[in-house]
Amino acid sequence: MQGGAAGSAYRGRTASIGFAHGPLVRVDAGAGGERAAGTLVEEALALRKAIDLASGQIADLAASAGGEAAQILEFQVALLEDEDLIEQIFASIGDGRPADVAWRSTLDEQIAEYNSAADEYLQARSSDLADLRDRVIHILRGDAGEPLKIPSGGVVCADDLPPSRFLEIDWSGGGGLALLHGSPTSHVAMLARARGIPMVVQLGAIPDAGATALLDGEGATLELDPSAEQVRIFEKRRESHRKSRASARAILRRPTASWRGEHIKLLINIQRVDDLEHADAQYADGIGLMRTEFLLAGRSELPDEETQFQAYDAVLRWAGQRPVTIRTFDAGGDKPVPGFTFDGEANPFLGVRGLRLCLARPEIFAVQLRALARAAVRGNLKVMFPMVTQADELEAGRKLFADVVQRLQADGIAAMLPELGIMVEVPAAALTISSFKAAFFSIGSNDLAQYVLACDRSNGALAPLMDPLHPAVLDLISRTAEHGRRAGVSVSLCGDMAGDPRCLPALLNCGLRELSVNASALAQIKQTIDRLSSGGGVG
Amino acid sequence: MLDRADGQIFTGNVRLVHAVGMHARPAVKLTKLAKKFQAQISVRVAGAPEWINAKSVAKIMAMRAAHGSTIEIKASGTDAEAAVAALVDLVASDFPDGAG
Repeated sequence: MQGGAAGSAYRGRTASIGFAHGPLVRVDAGAGGERAAGTLVEEALALRKAIDLASGQIADLAASAGGEAAQILEFQVALLEDEDLIEQIFASIGDGRPADVAWRSTLDEQIAEYNSAADEYLQARSSDLADLRDRVIHILRGDAGEPLKIPSGGVVCADDLPPSRFLEIDWSGGGGLALLHGSPTSHVAMLARARGIPMVVQLGAIPDAGATALLDGEGATLELDPSAEQVRIFEKRRESHRKSRASARAILRRPTASWRGEHIKLLINIQRVDDLEHADAQYADGIGLMRTEFLLAGRSELPDEETQFQAYDAVLRWAGQRPVTIRTFDAGGDKPVPGFTFDGEANPFLGVRGLRLCLARPEIFAVQLRALARAAVRGNLKVMFPMVTQADELEAGRKLFADVVQRLQADGIAAMLPELGIMVEVPAAALTISSFKAAFFSIGSNDLAQYVLACDRSNGALAPLMDPLHPAVLDLISRTAEHGRRAGVSVSLCGDMAGDPRCLPALLNCGLRELSVNASALAQIKQTIDRLSSGGGVG
Repeated sequence: MLDRADGQIFTGNVRLVHAVGMHARPAVKLTKLAKKFQAQISVRVAGAPEWINAKSVAKIMAMRAAHGSTIEIKASGTDAEAAVAALVDLVASDFPDGAG
């Protein structure tokens, strides 16, 4: 024990933020136990009945939980209805194995396969399989159906917890989840976040003792049998977390954010029109980035002009006088679109993507430009091009756009050329920023950092190198901001950095005064700016 | 292409645009849709040695089709042509809610 009489503390990884103080409740996977096997026919029948029963139980759980939980459980139901998988198990029973042994060995094979996968998402699915395996085994052994009784505010401690067990627990009295293994991307972590249940994973080994637990989902710690002093400090942290959330709500409602007397514009990024339904969206100074790739997904044909116009117009109507920056199609790279992007590129992130692709497919691009030109007369629209390397590309895009406007006007259709800007995400563009005759710049820090650091941002093995606060990245951001200040052109930043409170001091020091974040991050960022302005830390 | 008494084999190719590849939800949708057809339907990641039963969710998951990969589909049986068309559409349209 680390803390002796003072109780011991363990550190893991955050899966869901929040605090829980209550009795420690250990949950075992229920391994071991014997079951007397019957004849081949009896065993086959027993498994069939267990599968049907399990299927019914999971369907009931899904029906009562609804939403995301229901979709998660659907995977388990699909596995039970997988004839290839089930036949394999019956064949194994035909070879003389007892039902539980046959079931377990087949499921264990699958679980081992998932665990050996390189990506964390697939690994995390193995707990769904283990959930299903254990449910059927429990039924076969006749010890199923005991819902977990969790005392109010209890901290559930387990090796891992399958989603269906999570849903069987009554969380109405609060509580938390402390897992020795588990993953922040698991289904149970998604459920915990959705319910606001604090959860810490990968705590490692914890002694088989302890009656009271303090779980801090923010600091990712579990403290067992805490001293009075530990409890006092924990309750202080919990209270400051609660206050911080309440004050973020209050600050959000203030009209503007400011830092050292300068007005900081806070805009929001949206992926689709529905994102405007977020309760905090109304407090934004405008829309700093409307992505348009959603128009390309979920349909078998490319969207026509009218469909696009309706979407742009809906957002402009919502925004009223506030600016709306719409980014033209940023397809290619990690966003392939059939019938639009080029197949078979060896290195799509350095391939024909963004504006490069639109210029290579002028017939598709023209449809979007027509819809945008018509929308431009309806509100405060700005249009930006993604993935621009040199000034010629901006000018080529401008020329296409101007031609489109001219043709629309010649046909008597209301249209105009909106303000045109570019995303700054190619290092060459940042280094030669003064060569671009753009009405505004928006720094795409995700791609900029990825290109400057030569790190694939989706490659977890490179996470320690993939630091957006690397001096080389900050230098390019500073240059761009400095150019904007001198030339009187607005510069904003719309990547993940803008929504990360830890990055804020650096961004403000680089000279940025305009940030665009997801609506869900707006309150926290506004609060952090307020804190920094009054001399505090990032909190 | 005639294949003895089974009749014609229909094939299709489609690029997997789903952001995380063929994971749980897309796999469930694909198998659910495949099961609506009588036809025998197989899929594979383009160039893979083995064809996989499109009605087995466990095997579809184990296929580990990554984002951006091309999925080949083939089907034989009474409604094979419609089956291929429906599956291609499902994958191409990024597994919309309510489909499958």
